[in-house]
Amino acid sequence: MHLGLILDMVHSGYAGRTALTAGGTSIGYTDLAERSWGASARFTELDVPAVVYVGSNHAAFPVALFGAAGAGVPFIPLSYRLGTEQLAARIEAHPGAFIVHADDLPIGTEGSRSSPLQPFLDSLAGVGADPPPAQDADLPCVLLYTSGTTAAPKAAVLRHRHLMSYLLGTVEFASADEDEVSLVSVPPYHIAGVANLLSNLYAGRRIIYLHRFDPEAWLDTVRRQSVTQAMVIPTMLARVVDHLQGADDSRTPSLRSLSYGGARMPTPVLRRAMELFRTTGFVNAYGLTETSSTIALLGPDEHRAAFDSEDPAERARLGSVGRLLPGIEAEVRNDDGTPVPGGQSGLLHLRGEQISGEYAGGTLLDAEGWFSSRDRGRIDEAGYLFIEGRADDTIIRGGENIAPAEIEDVLLSCEGIVDAAVVGLPDDEWGQRLVAAVVAGEGRSMSAEELKGVVRDRLRSSKTPETIEFWPELPRTDTGKLLRRQVVAQLTDDRP
Amino acid sequence: MELKAGARLRSAVGDAEFVVIRAAGGDVALTCGGLPVLDSNEVPAKAAVQSGHEGSVLLGKRYVDESDTLELLCTKPGEGDLAVDGHKLQLKSAKPLPSSD
Repeated sequence: MHLGLILDMVHSGYAGRTALTAGGTSIGYTDLAERSWGASARFTELDVPAVVYVGSNHAAFPVALFGAAGAGVPFIPLSYRLGTEQLAARIEAHPGAFIVHADDLPIGTEGSRSSPLQPFLDSLAGVGADPPPAQDADLPCVLLYTSGTTAAPKAAVLRHRHLMSYLLGTVEFASADEDEVSLVSVPPYHIAGVANLLSNLYAGRRIIYLHRFDPEAWLDTVRRQSVTQAMVIPTMLARVVDHLQGADDSRTPSLRSLSYGGARMPTPVLRRAMELFRTTGFVNAYGLTETSSTIALLGPDEHRAAFDSEDPAERARLGSVGRLLPGIEAEVRNDDGTPVPGGQSGLLHLRGEQISGEYAGGTLLDAEGWFSSRDRGRIDEAGYLFIEGRADDTIIRGGENIAPAEIEDVLLSCEGIVDAAVVGLPDDEWGQRLVAAVVAGEGRSMSAEELKGVVRDRLRSSKTPETIEFWPELPRTDTGKLLRRQVVAQLTDDRP
Repeated sequence: MELKAGARLRSAVGDAEFVVIRAAGGDVALTCGGLPVLDSNEVPAKAAVQSGHEGSVLLGKRYVDESDTLELLCTKPGEGDLAVDGHKLQLKSAKPLPSSD
């Protein structure tokens, strides 16, 4: 299946419906499809090998994406927050590409091969292009640079068949009611940004793009535009919850569904959000760039059941990422590759049609089609998947494998602690020793010694950080992922 | 004809178009409105819906056979019912997955 199919279907099925609103202007489905076909014709005529998009969310994003798809060339969304040199290096890696870019970015205009967002969109109005000829579903569709929290960023290759498999496996055409509106705050260069664009268009749900996330603007948009669904990353939800401090209700009655993903959600933030957004259904979506977004879901009913439960096992499921989507297989394996017995922790391996596991350098799938996610996790007897963090983040202290997430959760449950990172630093005696950096909110009351006491009581002394530092903030990517390498670097620089 | 996942087909009796989502190997006779479906780039010879094959296929709906080995997605609506080897395809019920994006 090819992405072009989506345009064919929405063009004939959603005439008169609005597809998306960004920066105060809206574009209808028919117009969106026709401009995209025009973009395909232009890219084909210019014979470009790829289309690079470097800008925030804008109606030009889907037009450039579908335009590239129809021309049979890959679409490469880049972060507009990259430094000038980094951005130039990324662009140089794709010579000859057509570049659709934000106005204020220093992109050299080379003939007709680049255009700012709005002029790009405007130039395709009413060009009357026909749908492009059918393309092969095996062509690379999107190249996405992974966030590189543990290693240098690399480009994951998602082919049309991967993205379409995800879409057709999870979304029903025209399943959205006409009044449904989705507020999107994830950027175009994040897999969730690509996936939710396809899902919402296919379902027929109007998208509203928030130019820059800010908790007040987000709440204001939900209220004024009667937003029915929203997708956020955990740090955004934490900021919304923080903004609603002292309130007993979010005052967002239109919001039916709030989904989150992209990084680990601290349970205290989630519980607080569920108290504030009482009538909203929460959805945790877990996936990786290499898996074409979501492969497991914790749905609204499961959230409420875990929230209300007195049973410790059920209660703990609020910290799980839910159960696998139909068509996805998972296996938890040892470091040596053998499957571990039920319920135990290990390396999560995944298999299914939407799983690419491919980078610009080649595929990482094994002979049987399994992809090693490099996430550590376990699956409980009812099929709930618990993610314990990246395998590379595991700390080995005195021969014991320690997942930082477990300790971070305890720290985050302490009054006044709003962010926490636990890392391992080299140690002559233990191999690695535990060090924590925490961020305290207004009016913190606990000292480092008191925090250590809580961890020691809840876990045990071998899992208690030797040192706990208070920092004004932790280094995170702009999509909310903790940059552990930088935490380690900062801690190491402090003590030469 | 042998159906392959990803193949795009069209009805010989109207505007309906389909894409094959899943198919088991082997030759099957897939009909819409009682006449064999065509490859999407063939031009149909304006035939009428055959008696006993009235009905319609709806945009965005999926159709499956009894053994659930063949699944089609309708990409353009039109007249006629869908059948494989003489057995009518059924409308597949929507999956109740919560929206995650």
